[in-house]
Amino acid sequence: MTTPRPESTDGTGPCRSPAATTDGTEPSRAPAATTDATHPAPRPAATTARTGPAPRPTADPHQPSGLDAHLVVDRGAFRLDVTVHAAPGEVLALLGPNGAGKTTALRALAGLTPLTDGHLRLDGTPLAHTPPESRPVGVVFQDYLLFPHLSALDNVAFGPRCQGVRKAEARAQAATWLDRMGLAAHAGAKPRDLSGGQAQRVALARALATRPRLLLLDEPLAALDARTRLEVRAQLRRHLAEFEAVSVLVTHDPLDAMVLADRLVVVEHGRVVQQGTPADIARRPRTDYIARLVGLNLYRGQAAGHTVRLDTGPSVTTTEELSGPVFVAFPPSAVTLFRDRPSGASARNLWRCEVAGLETHGDQIRADLTGELPLAADLTTAAAAELGLHPGAPVWATVKATQTHAYPD
Amino acid sequence: MTSLDKPGAATGPRAGRPRRRRVGTANRRGVPLPLLLPGVLALAFLLLPLFALLVRAPWRGLPDQLTSAEVWQALQLSLVSATAATAVSLVLGVPLAWLLARTEFPGRGLVRALVTLPLVLPPVVGGVALLLALGRNGVIGRWLDAWFGITLPFTTTGVVIAEAFVAMPFLVISVEGTLRAADPRYEEAATTLGASRFTAFRRVTLPLIAPGIAAGAVLAWARALGEFGATITFAGNFPGRTQTMPLAVYLALQNDPEAAISLSLVLLTVSIAVLAGLRDRWMTTS
Repeated sequence: MTTPRPESTDGTGPCRSPAATTDGTEPSRAPAATTDATHPAPRPAATTARTGPAPRPTADPHQPSGLDAHLVVDRGAFRLDVTVHAAPGEVLALLGPNGAGKTTALRALAGLTPLTDGHLRLDGTPLAHTPPESRPVGVVFQDYLLFPHLSALDNVAFGPRCQGVRKAEARAQAATWLDRMGLAAHAGAKPRDLSGGQAQRVALARALATRPRLLLLDEPLAALDARTRLEVRAQLRRHLAEFEAVSVLVTHDPLDAMVLADRLVVVEHGRVVQQGTPADIARRPRTDYIARLVGLNLYRGQAAGHTVRLDTGPSVTTTEELSGPVFVAFPPSAVTLFRDRPSGASARNLWRCEVAGLETHGDQIRADLTGELPLAADLTTAAAAELGLHPGAPVWATVKATQTHAYPD
Repeated sequence: MTSLDKPGAATGPRAGRPRRRRVGTANRRGVPLPLLLPGVLALAFLLLPLFALLVRAPWRGLPDQLTSAEVWQALQLSLVSATAATAVSLVLGVPLAWLLARTEFPGRGLVRALVTLPLVLPPVVGGVALLLALGRNGVIGRWLDAWFGITLPFTTTGVVIAEAFVAMPFLVISVEGTLRAADPRYEEAATTLGASRFTAFRRVTLPLIAPGIAAGAVLAWARALGEFGATITFAGNFPGRTQTMPLAVYLALQNDPEAAISLSLVLLTVSIAVLAGLRDRWMTTS
C-alpha cells in the first residue's frame, strides 16, 4: 500500500526554490490579459508570453519526454478510446460536450480510474499500472477539494509532506508557492474563508507543490462566477505558461480551451474527433459540435470547382477551387437577411428560409433559420426590427462567396 | 390560504400579526384527538418513572450513600471499564466501519447485518455466547488458558470485553454512516498528492469524520456504562472486580433500596450529561 513515490528522492532532496522560475512573469501578464477578450482569437500572444524553453512542436509519439497515452476505459455502454500526446511545456485541452468522456480520460491519467486497455507513458516511464500516489501527476479538481480542516498553507504542504519532506521544510515550500500565487496573506485561512478565485489558486499551488511531470485540471474555471472567471483565467494562463512539464485540462468551454491551451483535442462520445491548434480548429471545424462552439455555420458536401453541392441539397459558391468531399463554413455575421427576394442579387448563395428562433448575443441578435439551408445569422437589433423578424417569419438569406471557407473533408 | 388574503397582508404589519396568531391556533385545533391522547400518554409513560426516581430519592442521605466505599468502587469500575470498552471499540470499530463504507467485497451486506446483530441480540445471549467463545472451556478460551494462562471470564478484562461486544456496533454503524456521507473524492485528492490510502485515511478522512466518531464513541460509551446482561453472564458480579454500577443497582435493590435509588440517580445524571453532549447532533437534525 505504501509504495514509495518515485519522485520522493526529488522531493526530499535539497529542493529548488519554486520562486526561482518566477522571474520574468510580469511581462507575460499583459499579453495574457489581452487574449482574454471575448473573441477566441488565435493566439500570437501565446507564443510570446510563454517563457518555456523551446517552441512547442506537436509531440512526437516516439519522443521519450512528455506524455504519450492511449486511454481505453470500458464502462459497459460507454467506451473511452482516445490517444493523447503532448510535449513538455505544452498545454493540452480536452474539449467536448458533457458526457463525452473528458473527465474519465483525466481520471485515467491520474490513476483514479483503471485503464481497460492501452498504455500511458510519461517521459518514457510506463505508468498504466502505477497507483495514483506513485504517479508524478498533480490534479486540480473541478471543485478544488481543498481539505477543509487544513489551512491553505497546510493544504499546499500536504504533497511535499507525503513525499517525505520534513514539516518545517514542507511548510516553507508551501509558503513560497502561496507567495507565488499572490496568496501569502491567506496562508493561515481555512478553505471555507477563501473566495472561489483564491481557492482555485491554492488548489493549483497544492498540485504544483508535488513537482508533477503532468498537471491535470478538471474544468478549472467552471466553479467560478463570470467576473472572477475572467481574472482567474488570465492568471491561470500565466501559471500554465510557467509550468515546464505537460498540462492537460478538461473543459466544455471553448473560450477557456482556446485561451489556456496550445492545442485542443476535441472529444465526442469517447473518441477524438479533431485536434489541432485553437486557431486551426476555430477556422476548420469538422463536427457540428465544434462549429456551434466556435460559432460557425458548417456544412458537408461535394466540391466541383467553385461550387459545393451540399449533402442536404442546396449549393454554396466558394472562392476556393476544390473537388471531392469538403466542408464549407461561414460565420453567422457573414449572412445578410432580406424580407423580400433581393431583385438585383444573383441567385448564388441565396436561400429561402424561415425564422425558427431569436436570441440576444450582446448587442447582436442571433437568428436561427430553417428552410432550404439551416443556418445561424447575426444582425443588429435595429436591422432585426426593420425586417420585422419573429419566429415563423419568412426571410431570404445570402452570403458572399468571399465570406465562405471551404476545406477538404 | 388563498390569494384573496394577500391584499390584507399587504396593508401592513398590523394586519399581518393577528393572522399569524390565527394560523397558530388552527394548527393546534387541527391535532386529532386519537393522536394527541396516546402521544401525551406516551410522554407521561416515559417521563413518570424518572420523575418517581427524583421524588423518592433519599436526598438527605445521598451524600453518605454516594461516598460509601462500595458505591465509589462500582462507579470507578464502571467508568474505567466503559472507557476501556469505548477505546477497544474505537481501535477496532473505526477500521471496520471504513472497510464497510469504502471497500467492495463479496458478502459485504451480510457482514454489515452481522455487525448490527449485537444491537438487537438480548445482552444475556451475548454473554452466553462470549462464555462459549472465551470461557475457560470455550472455543478460543481453551487455547488462551492452555497456551498463555489467560482467563477472561469473571475478570475486569471480561467486563471490558462484554461491554465492547455490546457497544461496538453502535460505534461502527455511526461511523460508517458518517463515512458514507463524507465525500470520498477528498481521499482521491490526497492520493494524487502522493498519500498512500492509509495516509489519506489518517490525515484527511479521520479529521473530516471526527465529529461522527465522537458521537459514535459517546453513544458506545453510554451503552457500555449501562451494560448489564452480558456483563453479569460473562464476568459475574464480584464487588471491586466485575461489579459495575448497573449490577450494583440490581444487587442493592434486594437489600438496600435507598442505595439503589442513589446509584440510579448517578446513572441518570450521567445519561443526561451524555444527551446534552450529543444535543447538537441528535436533537437539531429532526
